[in-house]
Amino acid sequence: MSGPRVVVQLEDFSVAAELDALRRDASGGWNTQVGAVASFVGTVRERNEGDAVASLTLEHYPGMTERSIESILQSAEARWPILGARVIHRVGALSPADQIVFVGVVSAHREAALEACAFIMDFLKTEAPFWKKELTPDGPRWVDARASDETARQRWQRKLPPSAP
Amino acid sequence: MPRRLQILLFASLRERLQQEALEMDWPGGSLRELRAVLVALGPAWADFAHPPRVRAAVNQVMASEETRVEPGDEVAFFPPVTGG
Repeated sequence: MSGPRVVVQLEDFSVAAELDALRRDASGGWNTQVGAVASFVGTVRERNEGDAVASLTLEHYPGMTERSIESILQSAEARWPILGARVIHRVGALSPADQIVFVGVVSAHREAALEACAFIMDFLKTEAPFWKKELTPDGPRWVDARASDETARQRWQRKLPPSAP
Repeated sequence: MPRRLQILLFASLRERLQQEALEMDWPGGSLRELRAVLVALGPAWADFAHPPRVRAAVNQVMASEETRVEPGDEVAFFPPVTGG
Protein backbone atom coordinates (compact mmCIF):
# COMPACT_ATOMS: atom_id res chain seq x y z
CA MET A 1 0.00 0.00 0.00
CA SER A 2 1.40 3.42 -0.89
CA GLY A 3 0.69 6.84 0.57
CA PRO A 4 -0.88 7.77 3.89
CA ARG A 5 -3.76 5.60 5.05
CA VAL A 6 -5.97 8.59 5.87
CA VAL A 7 -6.55 11.04 3.03
CA VAL A 8 -8.85 14.06 2.75
CA GLN A 9 -8.94 15.31 -0.84
CA LEU A 10 -10.94 17.22 -3.43
CA GLU A 11 -10.37 14.60 -6.12
CA ASP A 12 -12.40 11.47 -6.82
CA PHE A 13 -10.91 8.02 -6.12
CA SER A 14 -10.95 4.60 -7.77
CA VAL A 15 -12.42 1.90 -5.53
CA ALA A 16 -10.81 -0.83 -7.67
CA ALA A 17 -7.36 0.74 -7.35
CA GLU A 18 -7.79 1.18 -3.58
CA LEU A 19 -8.86 -2.44 -3.05
CA ASP A 20 -5.97 -3.67 -5.18
CA ALA A 21 -3.50 -1.60 -3.13
CA LEU A 22 -4.88 -2.85 0.19
CA ARG A 23 -4.25 -6.45 -0.89
CA ARG A 24 -0.57 -5.80 -1.58
CA ASP A 25 2.40 -5.66 0.79
CA ALA A 26 5.00 -2.90 1.05
CA SER A 27 7.00 -4.32 -1.89
CA GLY A 28 3.98 -4.30 -4.20
CA GLY A 29 3.43 -8.07 -4.28
CA TRP A 30 0.21 -9.73 -3.14
CA ASN A 31 -0.12 -10.00 0.64
CA THR A 32 -1.10 -13.66 0.84
CA GLN A 33 -2.02 -13.37 4.54
CA VAL A 34 -5.13 -11.53 3.35
CA GLY A 35 -8.28 -13.66 3.15
CA ALA A 36 -10.93 -10.96 3.43
CA VAL A 37 -11.38 -7.54 1.82
CA ALA A 38 -14.26 -5.37 3.10
CA SER A 39 -15.12 -1.90 1.94
CA PHE A 40 -17.74 0.82 2.19
CA VAL A 41 -18.37 3.64 -0.26
CA GLY A 42 -20.65 6.54 0.64
CA THR A 43 -22.20 8.49 -2.25
CA VAL A 44 -24.32 11.62 -2.61
CA ARG A 45 -28.09 10.91 -2.58
CA GLU A 46 -30.38 12.96 -4.79
CA ARG A 47 -32.80 13.45 -1.88
CA ASN A 48 -32.26 14.20 1.82
CA GLU A 49 -34.94 14.80 4.47
CA GLY A 50 -37.51 14.73 1.66
CA ASP A 51 -35.94 17.49 -0.43
CA ALA A 52 -34.11 17.37 -3.74
CA VAL A 53 -30.38 17.95 -3.37
CA ALA A 54 -28.81 19.66 -6.39
CA SER A 55 -25.32 19.67 -4.92
CA LEU A 56 -23.51 19.68 -1.62
CA THR A 57 -20.34 21.17 -0.21
CA LEU A 58 -18.21 19.38 2.35
CA GLU A 59 -16.02 21.28 4.80
CA HIS A 60 -13.44 19.88 7.23
CA TYR A 61 -10.96 20.94 9.90
CA PRO A 62 -7.55 20.37 8.29
CA GLY A 63 -5.28 18.55 10.70
CA MET A 64 -7.88 17.53 13.25
CA THR A 65 -9.94 15.62 10.70
CA GLU A 66 -7.00 13.44 9.66
CA ARG A 67 -5.93 12.89 13.29
CA SER A 68 -9.45 11.96 14.30
CA ILE A 69 -9.75 9.30 11.57
CA GLU A 70 -6.26 7.96 12.36
CA SER A 71 -7.35 7.57 15.98
CA ILE A 72 -10.47 5.65 14.85
CA LEU A 73 -8.26 3.32 12.76
CA GLN A 74 -6.04 2.69 15.78
CA SER A 75 -9.10 1.80 17.87
CA ALA A 76 -10.17 -0.66 15.16
CA GLU A 77 -6.69 -2.21 15.08
CA ALA A 78 -6.77 -2.66 18.86
CA ARG A 79 -10.06 -4.50 18.55
CA TRP A 80 -9.70 -6.70 15.46
CA PRO A 81 -6.69 -8.45 13.86
CA ILE A 82 -6.70 -6.37 10.70
CA LEU A 83 -3.85 -6.40 8.18
CA GLY A 84 -4.45 -3.02 6.56
CA ALA A 85 -6.96 -0.19 6.35
CA ARG A 86 -7.45 3.00 4.37
CA VAL A 87 -9.91 5.89 4.54
CA ILE A 88 -10.40 8.50 1.80
CA HIS A 89 -12.87 11.33 2.35
CA ARG A 90 -13.62 14.00 -0.21
CA VAL A 91 -14.29 17.66 0.52
CA GLY A 92 -15.46 20.56 -1.66
CA ALA A 93 -18.35 20.61 -4.12
CA LEU A 94 -20.10 17.30 -4.91
CA SER A 95 -23.14 16.30 -6.99
CA PRO A 96 -25.65 13.43 -6.67
CA ALA A 97 -24.01 10.03 -7.34
CA ASP A 98 -20.53 11.37 -6.57
CA GLN A 99 -18.39 9.25 -4.24
CA ILE A 100 -17.87 10.89 -0.83
CA VAL A 101 -16.03 8.39 1.34
CA PHE A 102 -14.11 5.12 1.00
CA VAL A 103 -13.28 2.77 3.87
CA GLY A 104 -11.32 -0.39 3.07
CA VAL A 105 -10.13 -3.06 5.51
CA VAL A 106 -8.23 -6.30 4.89
CA SER A 107 -7.82 -9.18 7.33
CA ALA A 108 -7.28 -12.94 7.35
CA HIS A 109 -10.96 -13.70 7.97
CA ARG A 110 -14.19 -11.90 7.07
CA GLU A 111 -15.53 -11.14 10.55
CA ALA A 112 -12.68 -8.78 11.42
CA ALA A 113 -12.76 -6.99 8.05
CA LEU A 114 -16.55 -6.56 7.95
CA GLU A 115 -16.90 -5.47 11.58
CA ALA A 116 -13.90 -3.14 11.51
CA CYS A 117 -15.23 -1.50 8.34
CA ALA A 118 -18.62 -0.84 9.97
CA PHE A 119 -16.95 0.34 13.20
CA ILE A 120 -14.74 2.82 11.31
CA MET A 121 -17.73 4.28 9.43
CA ASP A 122 -19.89 4.54 12.56
CA PHE A 123 -17.17 6.47 14.40
CA LEU A 124 -16.28 8.59 11.35
CA LYS A 125 -19.93 9.69 11.03
CA THR A 126 -20.09 10.86 14.65
CA GLU A 127 -16.53 12.00 15.48
CA ALA A 128 -14.60 13.11 12.41
CA PRO A 129 -14.99 16.86 11.82
CA PHE A 130 -16.77 17.18 8.49
CA TRP A 131 -19.85 19.28 7.75
CA LYS A 132 -22.21 19.06 4.78
CA LYS A 133 -24.09 21.97 3.28
CA GLU A 134 -26.80 21.06 0.77
CA LEU A 135 -28.24 23.13 -2.02
CA THR A 136 -32.02 22.45 -2.15
CA PRO A 137 -34.81 24.20 -4.11
CA ASP A 138 -35.37 26.34 -0.98
CA GLY A 139 -31.72 27.42 -0.91
CA PRO A 140 -28.61 26.24 0.89
CA ARG A 141 -28.84 24.56 4.30
CA TRP A 142 -26.43 22.90 6.71
CA VAL A 143 -27.22 19.23 7.26
CA ASP A 144 -28.28 18.32 10.82
CA ALA A 145 -26.61 15.46 12.66
CA ARG A 146 -28.81 12.34 12.93
CA ALA A 147 -29.63 10.64 16.21
CA SER A 148 -29.49 7.28 14.38
CA ASP A 149 -25.78 7.83 13.68
CA GLU A 150 -25.14 8.24 17.40
CA THR A 151 -27.12 5.05 18.10
CA ALA A 152 -25.01 3.22 15.51
CA ARG A 153 -21.83 4.30 17.25
CA GLN A 154 -23.09 3.33 20.69
CA ARG A 155 -23.80 -0.25 19.63
CA TRP A 156 -20.04 -0.90 19.66
CA GLN A 157 -19.88 -0.11 23.38
CA ARG A 158 -22.19 -3.05 24.14
CA LYS A 159 -20.36 -5.62 22.05
CA LEU A 160 -17.67 -7.72 23.67
CA PRO A 161 -14.29 -7.81 21.96
CA PRO A 162 -13.95 -10.77 19.58
CA SER A 163 -12.02 -13.81 20.74
CA ALA A 164 -8.43 -14.16 19.58
CA PRO A 165 -8.05 -15.49 16.02
CA MET B 1 2.71 39.86 28.13
CA PRO B 2 0.20 36.99 28.14
CA ARG B 3 -0.10 35.01 24.92
CA ARG B 4 -3.40 35.18 23.18
CA LEU B 5 -5.90 32.45 22.50
CA GLN B 6 -6.66 31.41 18.93
CA ILE B 7 -10.33 30.52 18.30
CA LEU B 8 -11.51 28.85 15.09
CA LEU B 9 -15.13 28.62 13.94
CA PHE B 10 -16.48 26.13 11.43
CA ALA B 11 -19.52 25.51 9.22
CA SER B 12 -22.78 27.15 10.36
CA LEU B 13 -21.06 28.90 13.29
CA ARG B 14 -18.56 30.56 10.95
CA GLU B 15 -21.35 31.73 8.65
CA ARG B 16 -23.59 33.01 11.41
CA LEU B 17 -20.83 34.89 13.22
CA GLN B 18 -19.27 36.01 9.93
CA GLN B 19 -15.76 35.18 11.01
CA GLU B 20 -13.59 32.09 10.78
CA ALA B 21 -11.07 32.96 13.46
CA LEU B 22 -10.54 35.37 16.30
CA GLU B 23 -7.91 36.03 18.92
CA MET B 24 -8.51 37.09 22.49
CA ASP B 25 -6.57 37.66 25.67
CA TRP B 26 -7.02 34.66 27.91
CA PRO B 27 -5.52 34.12 31.35
CA GLY B 28 -6.09 30.34 31.28
CA GLY B 29 -9.04 28.34 32.57
CA SER B 30 -11.42 25.53 31.74
CA LEU B 31 -13.35 25.16 28.50
CA ARG B 32 -16.51 25.83 30.53
CA GLU B 33 -15.08 29.17 31.62
CA LEU B 34 -14.11 30.03 28.04
CA ARG B 35 -17.66 29.29 26.87
CA ALA B 36 -19.00 31.76 29.46
CA VAL B 37 -16.67 34.48 28.14
CA LEU B 38 -17.84 33.85 24.56
CA VAL B 39 -21.54 33.84 25.49
CA ALA B 40 -21.02 37.31 26.99
CA LEU B 41 -19.91 38.62 23.56
CA GLY B 42 -23.54 38.93 22.46
CA PRO B 43 -26.80 37.18 21.57
CA ALA B 44 -25.31 35.54 18.46
CA TRP B 45 -23.04 33.53 20.79
CA ALA B 46 -25.85 32.27 23.07
CA ASP B 47 -25.67 28.64 21.98
CA PHE B 48 -21.98 28.41 22.92
CA ALA B 49 -23.36 27.68 26.40
CA HIS B 50 -24.75 24.36 25.09
CA PRO B 51 -22.04 21.73 24.48
CA PRO B 52 -24.34 19.36 22.52
CA ARG B 53 -25.07 22.13 19.99
CA VAL B 54 -21.63 23.72 19.88
CA ARG B 55 -18.84 21.15 20.16
CA ALA B 56 -15.28 22.10 21.04
CA ALA B 57 -11.78 20.83 20.38
CA VAL B 58 -8.63 22.05 22.13
CA ASN B 59 -5.45 21.72 20.06
CA GLN B 60 -7.36 19.53 17.58
CA VAL B 61 -8.60 17.00 20.18
CA MET B 62 -12.26 16.81 21.28
CA ALA B 63 -12.52 18.50 24.66
CA SER B 64 -14.70 18.11 27.74
CA GLU B 65 -15.99 21.01 29.80
CA GLU B 66 -13.19 20.45 32.31
CA THR B 67 -10.42 20.52 29.68
CA ARG B 68 -7.83 23.14 30.59
CA VAL B 69 -7.35 25.88 27.99
CA GLU B 70 -4.01 27.70 28.14
CA PRO B 71 -2.90 30.92 26.41
CA GLY B 72 -1.51 30.01 22.99
CA ASP B 73 -3.88 27.05 22.54
CA GLU B 74 -6.00 26.57 19.43
CA VAL B 75 -9.66 26.13 20.36
CA ALA B 76 -12.17 25.20 17.67
CA PHE B 77 -15.95 25.41 17.95
CA PHE B 78 -18.27 23.66 15.53
CA PRO B 79 -21.73 22.10 15.17
CA PRO B 80 -22.26 18.32 15.44
CA VAL B 81 -20.39 16.62 12.60
CA THR B 82 -22.15 15.39 9.43
CA GLY B 83 -19.50 13.68 7.28
CA GLY B 84 -19.46 10.25 5.69
